Amino acid sequence: MTQPYMFEKPLGLRDTLPDAQREIARLESVLQQELSRWGYDFIQTPALEYAETIGRASAIEDSELFKFLDAEGHPVVLRPDMTTPIARIAASSLRQKPLPMRLAYTAALYRSQRKEGGHPSEFEQAGAELIGDATPYADVEVISLMISMLDKAGLDSIRVAVGHVGFVNAFLYDIVKDKETVRKLRYLLYNKNDVGFREFVASLHLPARSTEQLNTFIDSRRLDNGETLDCLERLARESATPVHSYYHNIVELVHLLKIDHLDGKIDLDMTLVPHLSYYTGFVFQGFGGGLGFEVASGGRYDDLLAQFNRPCPATGFGIRLDRLISAVRKDSRIPEQGKKAVLYDRENAAKAMQFAMHERENGCRVVLQHIDGMDNEEAFINQFDSVIKFLNEEGTEIER
Amino acid sequence: MNDSVITVAMPKGRIFGDACRLLRNAGFELPDTFETTRKLILNLENLPFRFILAKPVDVPTYVEYGAADIGIAGKDVLLESGRDVYEMVDLGISKCHMAVAGLPDHGSNHPYFKIATKYPNIASDFYRRRGEQVDLIALNGSIELAPIVGLADAIVDIVSTGQTLRANGLVEYDRLMDISSRLIVNPVSYRLKKTMIDEIVEKLIRATEGTKVGMD
Repeated sequence: MTQPYMFEKPLGLRDTLPDAQREIARLESVLQQELSRWGYDFIQTPALEYAETIGRASAIEDSELFKFLDAEGHPVVLRPDMTTPIARIAASSLRQKPLPMRLAYTAALYRSQRKEGGHPSEFEQAGAELIGDATPYADVEVISLMISMLDKAGLDSIRVAVGHVGFVNAFLYDIVKDKETVRKLRYLLYNKNDVGFREFVASLHLPARSTEQLNTFIDSRRLDNGETLDCLERLARESATPVHSYYHNIVELVHLLKIDHLDGKIDLDMTLVPHLSYYTGFVFQGFGGGLGFEVASGGRYDDLLAQFNRPCPATGFGIRLDRLISAVRKDSRIPEQGKKAVLYDRENAAKAMQFAMHERENGCRVVLQHIDGMDNEEAFINQFDSVIKFLNEEGTEIER
Repeated sequence: MNDSVITVAMPKGRIFGDACRLLRNAGFELPDTFETTRKLILNLENLPFRFILAKPVDVPTYVEYGAADIGIAGKDVLLESGRDVYEMVDLGISKCHMAVAGLPDHGSNHPYFKIATKYPNIASDFYRRRGEQVDLIALNGSIELAPIVGLADAIVDIVSTGQTLRANGLVEYDRLMDISSRLIVNPVSYRLKKTMIDEIVEKLIRATEGTKVGMD
């Protein structure tokens, strides 16, 4: 590796300057308030975890992990997601807490990226996990909460794509009867490669009816929700039992979303297969604003807690603040609260300090600055809404 | 991203003519000046479409970042760039294939087998799958030169008629895959403008089936 330049930061990492930081803080507080109103309790976990525990369970590809050795020589990772550490807490420290439990977080996550701009290696995420409830009511709650948070943050034209990994796996296996083929088909779905999916299906030389079913399945994305459901019903009718029960779950979820008046924001898409491999049931992604990438994603992960010896259903999601910040309405941003400068000299120090303290208690933002400490007075005071001077022997105040 | 307009990224150059013909067949009334203009952004009168004319290798980039909602890109470019976009329709135009080619006398002049290519990712993937170790040399054009002047033992490139290979005395060693142009869609645009995009997809599927029948 070549010597880094003086101001260079490690690949994919960035500084956040005051204007951006103020917006991040606003978004964080809006999202946290909404999570708190829905009764979710906040927790924090360490940024470093053992590679053998969280690193392995998190299902993030090895090449995306920041991995190194701690002082004792154990391989550790910077946490690549929050769901896995929360699963560990639910299975250990909070083992005695009655289920279902509702936990929330805002935290920085780390994933090593080799791509170009717009894919940072460190990003803030706000999220929720609902642990211990296997019903579709829990799935609707987290989808509804996610939409509510995005809405409160000022995101326009919110859409949520909803799929079901359990349905996909059961349906594909029922037709091709081979785990490796299912894996390949699922990988093509994950890659959003419809053309490749059809080509691969054709190359399998299945009975005509099976090929038709697989093509119907990939085409079901292009239908509206009602038609998608009809389509899934036809596919489920010809499939084995697990596909049926998943289908009924989907029907129930769509019904509940309708009751919650969210059906207009939902795009039912069974071909949706996200990259995290611990998902077992409903999966969803949130879109909106003018951004080309999804701002939020989540799903059900009923097998993850079993990896920490506490088998237990769970569902949740995370909202990416770095993406939300560029997707929300500009007018939802809060302008910076103006600041006052109080300039003083040695003789007026006591008066100036007293004045500044008083103003601060009234909620003003006040900078107290001795005149000898300034390099360029004019440039300095230009940053302020008003300037109050405690300078000459009489100690007069001059408002700009 | 404007809600009521669909931005289409079009590839300039070799496949532009084919793409325009297909769009016209699909019922898009493109102006006659479309193929000759030097403008990079074109709006259609009375229709909610905006076309941006980009270098073919950049089309998937515009679409992945959402600067364009949909685009027409060669499978070669898609494989090489690995962008997160929907590959929805095989448009069946600008057909060619990816091949390994070199001089007829296969003797390597180098201690390691050297491959010159515009597609280092595709070439590397191909040889890694076969468990062969090769040295890749990235070039940007006139790849056929490389074996002739001794820069490389062979090339990995797209071949359509094979004329360029023959004219330069090269022969095909291996056929990697068939290539054609695809309709690609930004994942977010797809959710937010589903009705409009699905309509385009339907039209293009129909137009594509038309060309397939016509060619048989």
